Amino acid sequence: MTARQEDFRRLLMERSVPGRVGAILPTPDVPLQKLPDESLLRKDLDMPEVPEPEVVRYFTNLSQLNFSIDTHFYPLGSCTMKYNPKVNDEVAFLPGFAGIHPLQPDYQVQGALKLMSLVQDYLVEITGMAASSLAPLAGAQGELCGILMIQKRHQERGEGHRLKMLVPDSAHGTNPASAAMAGFRVVSIPTDGRGNCDLEALKKEATPDLAGMMITLPSTLGLFDQGIVEVCRVIHEAGGLVYADGANMNALLGQVKMGDLGFDVMHLNLHKTFSTPHGGGGPGAGPVCVQPVLQPYLPAPVVERRGADGRETYTLVTPEKTIGKVAASHGNFGVLARAYTYIRTLGDAGLRQVSENAVLNANYLLERLRKRYHFPFDRRCMHEVVLSADWQKEKGVRGLDAAKRLLDYGFHAPTMYFPLTVAEALLIEPTETESKETLDLFVEAMNAIDREAGEAPELAQGAPHTTPVRRLDEARAARRPDLRWQRDGG
Amino acid sequence: MNPTDRKYSKEHEWAKVEADGRVLVGITHYAQDQLGDIVFLDLPSPGDRVEQYKKLGEVESVKAVSDVFAPVSGQVVEVNPELAERPDLVNDDPLEKGWLARISSDTLEQDMDNLLTAEEYEAFLESEAH
Repeated sequence: MTARQEDFRRLLMERSVPGRVGAILPTPDVPLQKLPDESLLRKDLDMPEVPEPEVVRYFTNLSQLNFSIDTHFYPLGSCTMKYNPKVNDEVAFLPGFAGIHPLQPDYQVQGALKLMSLVQDYLVEITGMAASSLAPLAGAQGELCGILMIQKRHQERGEGHRLKMLVPDSAHGTNPASAAMAGFRVVSIPTDGRGNCDLEALKKEATPDLAGMMITLPSTLGLFDQGIVEVCRVIHEAGGLVYADGANMNALLGQVKMGDLGFDVMHLNLHKTFSTPHGGGGPGAGPVCVQPVLQPYLPAPVVERRGADGRETYTLVTPEKTIGKVAASHGNFGVLARAYTYIRTLGDAGLRQVSENAVLNANYLLERLRKRYHFPFDRRCMHEVVLSADWQKEKGVRGLDAAKRLLDYGFHAPTMYFPLTVAEALLIEPTETESKETLDLFVEAMNAIDREAGEAPELAQGAPHTTPVRRLDEARAARRPDLRWQRDGG
Repeated sequence: MNPTDRKYSKEHEWAKVEADGRVLVGITHYAQDQLGDIVFLDLPSPGDRVEQYKKLGEVESVKAVSDVFAPVSGQVVEVNPELAERPDLVNDDPLEKGWLARISSDTLEQDMDNLLTAEEYEAFLESEAH
């Protein structure tokens, strides 16, 4: 173990020396408050006593051990780990945006509200819907909002018995989870041999207790459902409403309006499609967009524009029959500012190019990799491609091993074993922000891994070999989780 | 690899009739291999009623959470007490030490007739792999 590796394994608590100080607190500029009664205060609270330089080095070193979109190609399927342009951050950090407080009165934050109003408008235009709410803080929360709106509308029409929610087996895993959380009974609809929703199976489920259907488009197979208009028609004829999971909008941006296809409600992941930070990099945003039928139920608040001709004012309002608030205030504003910047920087032609290049890049990888990796469908993919490592598995290298081996070649691993309907699935999403040179290097690495599988499978089986931490024992971590630091290594 | 002393379902469970007429059930080698390392099992309680081909419980592996189906109908007499602490037994020894439940079936003969023989199960695996 090198000195550097040893160093990052020592936690701040283990670096603590009594009496060392890491910060000098400023003189209070507010009146001192009395502490609560002594009996309510803890005496056993361990706090690390570490000087500032050591804290800075500790966290800087940790950050340098990270794989991130700023350091590596990150083809993690279905997550759209595209590059996040720095100009987005510059705008979000403007003092007039970064320094405001969620509880300031509307008249003091007209600029911020105007930005939100414009984001609402842009998302409505992009999706072909009638209205939007920026309140949901993540994609799955957007999903939940969407189907709660569907539920409330059914209830208000005296059709609260509609409790069956259909979800194709190629959907995002969060879809059935959200439906179950909202109290729906989830029925899975199989995928046909082309990767489309099985229409015959769908028609059998179009019964009077149908609430609706949640569809990820393109699906997590990276395929556009060619029967989607018919799917929406079948659901509508049975009295249901159709929800679109917009997580894969990077494939359709500027090409297809979901509203035109027949969808009634959808969410967008600003942290995927609109290049705001993702994963550990920042909070998310999952705005929902709706057709007029669901507009009164939007989660609160939404921004309303009043007046015209340069005398507009902006107010936060509560839609008439809202499903309620889903967050303490009004969405993650800093994320909205970044998405606004992204949309304005690219413009409509630029946004169209995003999806064109995203689909082109994925198909380039498909064509170059399909000789060595099994592609289980005979058609074009959209913005991501699902390959199977089942040919490699025969040589002893599972999808997991291939994914870990990619880390040694300097690439983030793709999503593994999802979607569940493809054996040894490797879900690869290059995004539009990667150059042909980067994609070629990735193809070379994938081909090398296939070659190694035949010649020296132990290379992949023991991978990664070059990362600060080697192969983690995921099974043991799940079986015997070690969740809390204890003094003396307990 | 799939012993002939028991029968199999297309969902990759096995059922073995014991000397006292009760049925020991578990998942096959193929199933544990597909699931990967198993980390948790959610099994019924003794006394619960299960139906053939309906859900018996859930298996969580590092890859996914999957349903396990009952190969026979009846009342659960016992679930494998070792699995709470040692879910990996299902990976290491799915056919013996990694059994899931013991079921007292009231439709034993008919249920067992519905299942596949070892030979038929292997042919089924072959056809699945096309």
